[in-house]
Amino acid sequence: MTPTRVAFSALLGKDLRTELRTLQSLPAMALFAVTTFVIFRFGLDRTALSGSLAAGVLWVTLLFAAILGINRLFVAEREEGGFDAVRLAPIDRTAVFAAKAAALLVYLVALELITVPIFAIFFLDSAAALPPLALALLLADLGLAATGTLISSMAVNSRARDLLTPLVLLPLAVPLSIATTGAIEPLLGVGGPTYERFGTWLAVLGLYDLIFLLVGYAVFDFLLED
Amino acid sequence: MYGNGLKPLSIATVATLALSLSLVFFYAPLDADQGFIQKIFYLHVPLAITALIGFVIGGVFAILHLRSGDSRWDAYSYVSIHMSVIFGVAVLITGAIWAKASWGHWWVWDEPTLVSFLIVFLMYATYYPFRYAIEDRDRQARYASVFAITAGAFVPLNFMAVRMAESLVHPRTFATAEGGLPAEMMLTFLVSLVAMGLLWTTLVKFELTAKSASGQLKRLRRALDAPSSGGASRVAPEVS
Amino acid sequence: MLELLPTGAPALPLDEAGKYVAGAYVVFLVLIVVYVAIMAAKLQRIESELRELAGFAEHRANRDQAL
Repeated sequence: MTPTRVAFSALLGKDLRTELRTLQSLPAMALFAVTTFVIFRFGLDRTALSGSLAAGVLWVTLLFAAILGINRLFVAEREEGGFDAVRLAPIDRTAVFAAKAAALLVYLVALELITVPIFAIFFLDSAAALPPLALALLLADLGLAATGTLISSMAVNSRARDLLTPLVLLPLAVPLSIATTGAIEPLLGVGGPTYERFGTWLAVLGLYDLIFLLVGYAVFDFLLED
Repeated sequence: MYGNGLKPLSIATVATLALSLSLVFFYAPLDADQGFIQKIFYLHVPLAITALIGFVIGGVFAILHLRSGDSRWDAYSYVSIHMSVIFGVAVLITGAIWAKASWGHWWVWDEPTLVSFLIVFLMYATYYPFRYAIEDRDRQARYASVFAITAGAFVPLNFMAVRMAESLVHPRTFATAEGGLPAEMMLTFLVSLVAMGLLWTTLVKFELTAKSASGQLKRLRRALDAPSSGGASRVAPEVS
Repeated sequence: MLELLPTGAPALPLDEAGKYVAGAYVVFLVLIVVYVAIMAAKLQRIESELRELAGFAEHRANRDQAL
């Protein structure tokens, strides 16, 4: 039985190398996000954003861009028959969950590294908020990675899978969204970042991450057996 | 046999519902601030609590299903969630009526519990298209159980987050339980809660009995080699 | 859940309030009745199927007897 660590790094490496080589998801996600920023500029008729409006536009855009990526997470496995290979391999199934979630996390962080500075350039006055923003987004990404992997792995084996993932994932992402925008909104205030309830919201994000990582860890075995 | 005990259960349900209605309209005192409108709470809140407990029960059945592989647990899980979604519709409608009567709007975002419940309802409403999209019966049942467990974990987290999102600018003053829910109101509330719980259980049993009968009919059909009539339901799990 | 009871909202006059309370209970009742109606339809279908199968089985039994 291959040790989980080895299986994990092998699977993660495969996914990241594939993405690097084919660049299927990341450019599309980033492009989608930036274009959405432009649409918001016109939709809201604003050239500068702050506070709750800024937090909302940023998070909603990132969330929807993330869903694009999540939809594609297991597509390669499904189309190339990778599922069978993974099922037959003598590895602990949780390595698959961990690897896929980690890959998704990497995509999301990469997405934000590209799009958040652009968001700041488009709409914000200063970059002072970016470091704490990055922390909050990192925790949010972790939660999104856990739930996204969970839902995507089930939806990929269904009809209308592109519809199913956002349908089920969005309500699930509501507490995550509440906590993320709650943490981000004071950071983007007009006068500069404030940290009102920042610690509390980060704790909520951490709790969300913990719960859904545990759920994913506990149930993923049942998703792969066939 | 699912039908066993259905009759005494129904009788108990009707009796408790009747008792609760009598208490609501003849025994419970009129609320000092809300007036007669407050009576909706004896309907709305027990329905909500029952629905939420029902979702949790659905999650527990789902865990049992995954651990045992017995498809009967899956049917119990499905029916529990199904019934709680229906109760959820009642919760949202009675909640809207109460909101309209209290504040003049059919919906208010100020009420964290109602908003949380809406989100939970939307989450569980996706249970149906989710099941329907998975064709393989076995896999459908397994994935549905995973969904029920995930959604179950989501419920308390959601309530907490929504409550925290409450704007600090408009603090709401609530009459706390310690603040003084008179004993008569408490009694009425508890009886109503028990009545709704019994109603939920009776209807779930009712549904399972019907499913079981349909399942037995299918077996009979197959045993007799008789031609089959309607198509099998793709969403609802079968019970035999 | 009991903290749900908000205070500070103006109480409607009794006849107006009565309409809303009645409305809520009517919704509840209607949902129950609709559910019962749907179950009744299911029951009817089960009954007719059962009758059909019973006839089929009898027919088969007679046919087997005749052979």
